[in-house]
Amino acid sequence: MLSIEPSRRELNGAGDVSDIALEQQASQSVIVERTRVLARIALVDRVFHQLTRAAAVVVLIILGGVIVSLVHGSWPAMQAYGFGFLTSQAWNPVTENFGAAAAIYGTLVTSIIAMVIAVPVGLGVATFLTELCPHALRRPIGVAIELLAGIPSIIYGIWGLFVLAPFLQSHVQPALISAFGDIPFFSTLFAGPPYGIGMLTAGFILAIMVLPFIASISRDVFETVPPVLKEAAWGIGATTWEVMRYVVVPYTRVGVIGGMMLGLGRALGETMAVTFVIGNAHKISGSLLAPGTTISATIANEFTEAVGDLYTSALIELGLILFVITFFVLALARYMLMRIEQKSA
Amino acid sequence: MSLYASRRGANSVATTLCWVAAVFGLSWLALILGSLVYEGVRGLSPAVFTEMTPPPGSQGGLLNAIAGSLVMTIIGVAIGTPLGMLAGTYMAEYGRYSKLTMVVRFINDILLSAPSIVIGLFVYTILVHPMGHFSAISGAVALALLVVPVVVRTTEDMLLLVPGSMREAASALGAPRAHVVGKVAYRAAKAGLITGVLLAVARVSGETAPLLFTALNNQFWSSDLTAPMASLPVVIFQFALSPYKDWQQLAWTGALLITVAVLALSIAARALSAGRRNSK
Repeated sequence: MLSIEPSRRELNGAGDVSDIALEQQASQSVIVERTRVLARIALVDRVFHQLTRAAAVVVLIILGGVIVSLVHGSWPAMQAYGFGFLTSQAWNPVTENFGAAAAIYGTLVTSIIAMVIAVPVGLGVATFLTELCPHALRRPIGVAIELLAGIPSIIYGIWGLFVLAPFLQSHVQPALISAFGDIPFFSTLFAGPPYGIGMLTAGFILAIMVLPFIASISRDVFETVPPVLKEAAWGIGATTWEVMRYVVVPYTRVGVIGGMMLGLGRALGETMAVTFVIGNAHKISGSLLAPGTTISATIANEFTEAVGDLYTSALIELGLILFVITFFVLALARYMLMRIEQKSA
Repeated sequence: MSLYASRRGANSVATTLCWVAAVFGLSWLALILGSLVYEGVRGLSPAVFTEMTPPPGSQGGLLNAIAGSLVMTIIGVAIGTPLGMLAGTYMAEYGRYSKLTMVVRFINDILLSAPSIVIGLFVYTILVHPMGHFSAISGAVALALLVVPVVVRTTEDMLLLVPGSMREAASALGAPRAHVVGKVAYRAAKAGLITGVLLAVARVSGETAPLLFTALNNQFWSSDLTAPMASLPVVIFQFALSPYKDWQQLAWTGALLITVAVLALSIAARALSAGRRNSK
């Protein structure tokens, strides 16, 4: 607007005094207008900046809030049971005597079973996808695995309950019991009647559930290896297995472990896939076929029915324990994955 | 020669094992999808979409559960998306190298895979307990808390992909920072941002654990946000564990519906981001 001003003055000639005064007034009002607009823009800018900053802080507050509220909620139980809560196997709502040992044991055992199955298979799938699979199939299979990683866990749970558990009960578990019945250590591991539901079934479902995670993360990590490294190994006559064993795996070790920990974090905190098939029995049993419970399954099953502050508080303390465990596992996983990202960048 | 033979032997053993692992892993997943479709389709009928969840032993559908899931997911996404996008914007645009961004990124990644049941407990203690009863709105808040990390992550990633030269060009024209972000960066990353929201919807639409003790369940139609509300996953949970055949059939059908919805959302998200990559 200001730029037109001089040309207009020229057109009008020098103009009389009142014209000049008018124009001065006009340009003054333009300047005022402009400063107002600029001030508004600057304000919008500042507000937007602070708004985004506040949102970022809210993410931290959410995490802080989760921790504070869990600690607050579990305070009565902490005072009532102290550290004994962690080692006591008792779980008696009637006498209000609670302990977390059985749930923690179940959480760890099912997760270990899941990792024992899912890690080798997941690494195998990842190797298959990066080295062996025909090129035409690589993308479709990779996409399919990523899609499966997004399927809600309740689907795995309902399938485990209606399909896997009856199958294990009638076919696999009797075979395991009779096969290992006479071998010392294993006879306790696979003792008892084949219920179908139990720790082994829950661990197996978890394995199927975390398998796509581990496979797709490992594949992504394997793909960070510079082709030159692999080509050099092939060039001196290394076999596919040797390239994997001596080039790819050493290069990506940190990332692969990070991916596994991420899968472990999922397995530890998983609720629905486990709740259906774990059996919800608050006892530590040597047999993997016996029903047990996990932290998340206990909370899911009992929280809405919990009567009395101490019962609720004990369940919240279980949640706090779960959160602390998964927090450390996930933090370690993220740290390791971050290191491999920096390496590839 | 024998060394060569043993190396070749080791190689073929290892590659065979990888093939076995791939077939083993993929066939379990195929088996799950197969039995889900087989069992779920049997119960598929118009009644599923038009009738309420039945009492045991009678016919019915899943209408109130589907509606409840939709309502809570929409509210949850409506709360979580702006928050997540703003936070992601800060991390990519304003404080890219600040300490706050580093900390938020780390914490956000942890929230991304934190057990959802713990989020449920959190919402229970801050909303349900003070209100004194279960409510749909607290369920929606729980879902929003799960939406936030997904959206933060994708927003940051997508904005970081926008070339810096575009921002510099806008700044050189005198555009203030907020305009650079809103009119240039957001537009360039639009497909990616929508992808993030779709992924977030896919993530929360199957979530069960956080709804168990926030929204609870409701056998009837309810549009009251302060009352308990049914949702598909919770109904599946309740019906699948029941001894009634009708309920179990509805659980399978509901599970099929959720899976189809989640897969459709993920495929849409994937197609969107693939289209963007190709157009570049």
